Amino acid sequence: MTLSSSNTLSRWPTDRLLLWLLRGAAAIAGAIVLLIVAFLVMEALPVLRHVGVARFFTDPSWHPAEGFYNLTPMLWGTLFAMVGSVLIATPLGILSAVFCHYYAPPVVARPYRRLIELLAGIPSVVYGFWGLVVLVPLIGAIHPPGPSLLAGIVILTIMILPTIALMADAGLANVPQQYLRGAAALGLPRWATIRGVVFPAAKSGLFTGVILETGRAIGETMAILMVCGNVVQTPHSLFDPIRTLTANIALEMAYAVGDHRAALFVSGLVLMGMIAALVAAADWISHGRIYG
Amino acid sequence: MVKTLERNLDGRELLASTLVWSAAALVTATFCWLLWDILWHGLSQISWTFLTALPRNAGREGGIGPILVSTALILGVCLGVSVPIGVGTAVLLAEFTTDASLFGRLTRRSLDVLSGVPSIVFGLFGNAFFCKTLGLGFSILSGGLTLACMVLPILIRSTEEGFRAVPAGYRLSAAALGLSRTTTLFHLLLPAAGPGLLVGLVLGVGRAIAETAALIFTSGYVDRMPESLLDSGRALSIHIFDLSMNVSGGDANAYASALVLVVLLLAINGTASWLAEHWLHRRIVTV
Repeated sequence: MTLSSSNTLSRWPTDRLLLWLLRGAAAIAGAIVLLIVAFLVMEALPVLRHVGVARFFTDPSWHPAEGFYNLTPMLWGTLFAMVGSVLIATPLGILSAVFCHYYAPPVVARPYRRLIELLAGIPSVVYGFWGLVVLVPLIGAIHPPGPSLLAGIVILTIMILPTIALMADAGLANVPQQYLRGAAALGLPRWATIRGVVFPAAKSGLFTGVILETGRAIGETMAILMVCGNVVQTPHSLFDPIRTLTANIALEMAYAVGDHRAALFVSGLVLMGMIAALVAAADWISHGRIYG
Repeated sequence: MVKTLERNLDGRELLASTLVWSAAALVTATFCWLLWDILWHGLSQISWTFLTALPRNAGREGGIGPILVSTALILGVCLGVSVPIGVGTAVLLAEFTTDASLFGRLTRRSLDVLSGVPSIVFGLFGNAFFCKTLGLGFSILSGGLTLACMVLPILIRSTEEGFRAVPAGYRLSAAALGLSRTTTLFHLLLPAAGPGLLVGLVLGVGRAIAETAALIFTSGYVDRMPESLLDSGRALSIHIFDLSMNVSGGDANAYASALVLVVLLLAINGTASWLAEHWLHRRIVTV
């Protein structure tokens, strides 16, 4: 790779100007994250200062108008929906990538892959709308009220499935051909090859996929807002309505003022913290520090 | 002994095949169900009048004319801001920094985090920064700028891919001819990296047009025809959300709007993957 690097002799003043322009653009692009964190902290600071961190977990309830700021029901909501959907979507997504690579005849594999790509492009509000008019009444018929943790998990699963399927697909494509030939030479049948050779070789790609889908599951707002019922409570069964952190922001931001508004920015900070932790984990894995 | 082992193995293989095929069937069936449902309910509502008329009765009747205009304007602002910054950053990362340099690494890392930030957090940020601090209020401008922040990582990644796909010989030849870096960039590298840029652009448009959560508190809900960029305008995705959640009896028009949005996105993503395969000869996975 040849770099048009600035340390080689350049006689052109335009080059120096160009370089500074490019640096400016990159600085803006790089600073956006810092700007986001700065504004979240700035807006959240008043409530953090005179309410304190602990009360976000120990207050009796979430009634910001009366000065109660307990975020734990929403945290549980986010956590349950995330864990449920990741647990279902991961095996389905990995199996669907395996299907593409090792089971489907090429005539089927190509359109199937295209289908997953299309699925990845459908906006969350459309998933949410479909969930609201099709899925929620269906669940309501089995066990009222309908809008529930279960509906949220199903919709989230459908939404994050393309993410893990595409990442797993890319991971499987990177498995060296000679591994597969070696397995074939040993007379290993198909599933034994996949389980014993392909999965270990593609491990880091698969883990990155899981982390990415977890990030999407945590951050999803619209779809989950539309199907989950949005009652602030810690769910006790799959059929209980829940409210997630993201849905809480979307619902209350429109009329929140003062400390209430600041409390919503605190939940934004919590979300940012979760995502930063996931990115760090992905980074760790891709550098092969835990899985070679 | 060998017989039982073989039967065991056969059983396991059979089970795995069944599982894999049924997983694929389940995914296909769900997708077809979803698409069919939207097509079935939406297609009967779609007409030229629906696409151009004003919404009446909170959107229950009438069309989506002003909403399409607002969506286009938000998109225009978003691209107008994100393309120069995105291409500039991509050029710097691909052509003017080594992978080991501190500035390059920091920028890359911060873009990685940016691509994972939940859209609702972009909404909070846009509301605090563009609407309040910069005083733009609920407007198309605020919405577009917020989206610009959001699509930057996608734009930069695929533009960078485009630059990296340009053979090193181009740069060496240009240097041997004594061309300035600026000339090399504008006359050689940029045209050669065009496909990557285009793919990034199309993917960015797809992401921006699908976005809802980041726009609720930045571009607002107003469904009138926008008169300037400082007016509030309702994007198509917000229209669907509003009709299905806040307006009882809005489902028919919500279906139609959802169909319009899905068709737009399928067209956009189809273009992107076609471009990537035919020009770049590689698949760009953005998830």
